[in-house]
Amino acid sequence: MTRTKMLLAGTALALAGAATPAMAQDIGACLITKTDINPFFVKMKEGATAKAEEMGINLSSFAGKVDGDHESQVAAIETCIASGAKGILITASDTKAIVDPLKQARDAGLLVIALDTPLEPIDAADATFATDNFEAGRLIGAWAAATLGDAAADAKIAMLDLAESQPSVGVLRDQGFLTGFGIDVKDVSKWGDEDDPRIIGNEVTAGNEEGGRTAMENLLSKDPDINVVYTINEPAAAGAYETLKAFGKENDVLIVSVDGGCPGVQNVADGVIGATSQQYPLLMASKGIEAIAAWAADGTKPEPSPGLEFFNTGVSLVTDQPVDGVESISVEEGMDRCWG
Amino acid sequence: MSVQPVLKARGLVKRYGRVVALDHADFELYPGEILAVIGDNGAGKSTMIKALSGAVQPDSGEVLLDGKPVHFSNPMQARQHGIETVYQTLALSPALSIADNMFLGRELRKSGISGKLFRAMDRRRMEAIAREKLNDLGLMTIQNINQAVETLSGGQRQGVAVARAAAFGSKVVIMDEPTAALGVKESRRVLELILEVRDRGLPIVLISHNMPHVFEVADRVHIHRLGRRLCVIDPKEHSMSDAVALMTGAKTPPGELAEA
Amino acid sequence: MPPASQDNYESDLGAADGQVASFEDRHHTPLQRLQHFLHGNPAMVPVIILLLSVIVFGFVAGGRFFSLFNLSLIMQQVAIVGILACAQTLIILTAGIDLSVAAIMVLSYVIMGHMSVTYGWPTGLAVVAGLLVAMGCGAVNGLLVTRIKLPPFIVTLGTWRIFLAIVYLYTGSQSIRSQDIDAAAPLLKFFGERVSIGGAVFTYGVFLMLGIFALFWYILNRTAWGRHVYAVGDDREAADLAGIRTGRVLLSVYIVAGLICGIAAWAAIGRVGSVSPSSFFEANLNSITAVVIGGTSLFGGRGAILGSLFGALIVGVFSSGLKLAGADPQWELFAIGCLIILAVALDQWIRRVSV
Repeated sequence: MTRTKMLLAGTALALAGAATPAMAQDIGACLITKTDINPFFVKMKEGATAKAEEMGINLSSFAGKVDGDHESQVAAIETCIASGAKGILITASDTKAIVDPLKQARDAGLLVIALDTPLEPIDAADATFATDNFEAGRLIGAWAAATLGDAAADAKIAMLDLAESQPSVGVLRDQGFLTGFGIDVKDVSKWGDEDDPRIIGNEVTAGNEEGGRTAMENLLSKDPDINVVYTINEPAAAGAYETLKAFGKENDVLIVSVDGGCPGVQNVADGVIGATSQQYPLLMASKGIEAIAAWAADGTKPEPSPGLEFFNTGVSLVTDQPVDGVESISVEEGMDRCWG
Repeated sequence: MSVQPVLKARGLVKRYGRVVALDHADFELYPGEILAVIGDNGAGKSTMIKALSGAVQPDSGEVLLDGKPVHFSNPMQARQHGIETVYQTLALSPALSIADNMFLGRELRKSGISGKLFRAMDRRRMEAIAREKLNDLGLMTIQNINQAVETLSGGQRQGVAVARAAAFGSKVVIMDEPTAALGVKESRRVLELILEVRDRGLPIVLISHNMPHVFEVADRVHIHRLGRRLCVIDPKEHSMSDAVALMTGAKTPPGELAEA
Repeated sequence: MPPASQDNYESDLGAADGQVASFEDRHHTPLQRLQHFLHGNPAMVPVIILLLSVIVFGFVAGGRFFSLFNLSLIMQQVAIVGILACAQTLIILTAGIDLSVAAIMVLSYVIMGHMSVTYGWPTGLAVVAGLLVAMGCGAVNGLLVTRIKLPPFIVTLGTWRIFLAIVYLYTGSQSIRSQDIDAAAPLLKFFGERVSIGGAVFTYGVFLMLGIFALFWYILNRTAWGRHVYAVGDDREAADLAGIRTGRVLLSVYIVAGLICGIAAWAAIGRVGSVSPSSFFEANLNSITAVVIGGTSLFGGRGAILGSLFGALIVGVFSSGLKLAGADPQWELFAIGCLIILAVALDQWIRRVSV
């Protein structure tokens, strides 16, 4: 009995501790990420928290349990509206289904900003601060094709994707890569429908090392002559590399990836990954906080980048083996700007 | 009776909140006898039996085994003193084999390194003893000692539980409603078993609602009422209707039998 | 005076069949015979399914599937979930369930990784620290189940999240890179070392899995503790009355399961190469899947530990076979789902043996 009471008291204290700052400041903002497991979102949260502290904004953070956890995000939006916040920053797991709950938020006078992943339709948010995931994929695809040169015509490509449910970030990077490589992607809204014989197969990795390892094993069993590996992110790439090492093929295969986290860029330096497209989650988050502050102050909304429907926070190809026709930055520059 | 009781209890009290399950209950079991305990539902006979077998710890009162006070804080301690109980639920593990069940909680280990260091059970010896004990009670056609208990009929399971108690009980065997769940023929077989166990010298406490069974096998009948012993009667001198009248309170015990 | 009701109402029973409480053996149809056989040998169902699926995929997916190399690769792929399934089997045999096995494993390898790579402890000491943490996690589960008497499902639903939260808070979700482990503590990857036998390639992790299953087969079937695990899961009250200290047995089961998760953690570093906080997210459910397909009853007390090994292999064979046959990953989910339902339905049928 006493033990139970102590537990309850402990929980209550913890809750009270978390809730106290809410009373200190009056401009509220919410950050809703896909998960709080992925270092990318962990970093995004750090960027937002730092900026919010600097600007005197009270930030509450929410996240889904896994990528694709739509319900948790809807609940977070409802909590956020109820808390009287001025704006929401969201990386949506389900970019279509989230539109209705967000409309309620906008009707309630909140500024809604999509981070990283645009909503469908894109104008369901007041503004979008995103990296162009398709462009990120296109860059590594073009780099891989240029690096192979003539051999690109009979490359054997392994596609290490994110999840069976085909979340949009996974589709955009995948289809961007294939487009950059020069492969007909058929329906650009999904992966796996391509019939180009150079694609050995698609496997899902959940975006972590263990998934990358198993997926690569399965694709190598299908065809041991794979020489190009697209990976959804750098942890999956690290897992795939372990498999290639186990098969004694680590020097014959080109691995490309997306993210630009510090361990990932380090892996580019170590020759594990050939090239990676670096994104800037800190920048997205701090821009988002600034926009909410401006909205709270005088009702202005941020403008998109010229010629685009969203504000592009940029993407750079990081590699030490630059190729003609594909702009890239060096590993040193990548290390300077990396996150996590 | 100048013989010392094997098992004796004095002034047992057990309360559950405001309910008094045992109200200064006394109990005596003499060597070589079958003592039946009867009483209406809620009279507290189960609680008394559990107090004697270590499954319940009385709030006050004492239990004497061979005249010496004993205190059991769990059923295992009662068994280490030679008191075995066949519970109404039988306390058998349905998925385990007959041999496993007979030795549950007191498995035999092999001698030497395999037993001491690797703690290996001596299955062969356990099976042999189980077989022998079942044979002693005429329960066994030998080959199925590794059969799971759940594949046995109700009477067969009761047989296993009785054999287990008889094999390990050196002082007392307590049987809680051994015939309640059984058909006529199976009950008969179990009654024969009870008599066989008694004939091998073990005193038995038999808790039962079944008056014909009680009056058939019991040497004495302990009548429990309102948490205590009302009286003890000789089944050869009283009828079943006397017993029922006493335990329901329709009749008060004659002067010479009444408890102080 | 003889009691009036002592009339001989059972006097005609002598004419009835005396064979009541003897033990007899009678089976009727071949189907019932099969049912009885499977009831007595619970690991046979998964063995049969495993053999059938290997043969079927051998035809469907051809030589690429049926090569020694691929079959040994499947064993490498299931090694970690297999070891976790061993821990899970112990818990499920006690009529519990452990949703936290994978979280304990991840926490344990994060400790091993950070102690050795970040803080420079000797690898052996770091591994021991990881194992102790894993046993501690098991003890937390066990104490909540036995002392506070909460249902295992709820306890481990909670600790699953708590252990993972500790992992994410501690690591910031950052992996320790394979190259950094090679430099600082290569022994952490011991179970990723490989040996070739003919065309087959095994990691030490595969042998570890087989060794753990052999050990726990022995413990469950040849020691008193093993019998008590079954008895507690089968009918805890009966076990209590039979004199088993069921609380202690349960607590020890959770601690031992934690230890097995810790051993899995060491093997997992070898398997994945890096120390990855975000990996093995579904390994808890996969371990339950292996146990269920392996024929162990979720109601406790019934099942064979080797069944879980075969269950894990069946899942591995299906997923490899379907991939090599060119099926989309979605079909793998579908097939495993069907297997689970089939396995439980079969278990129910086997448990309905008539006497």
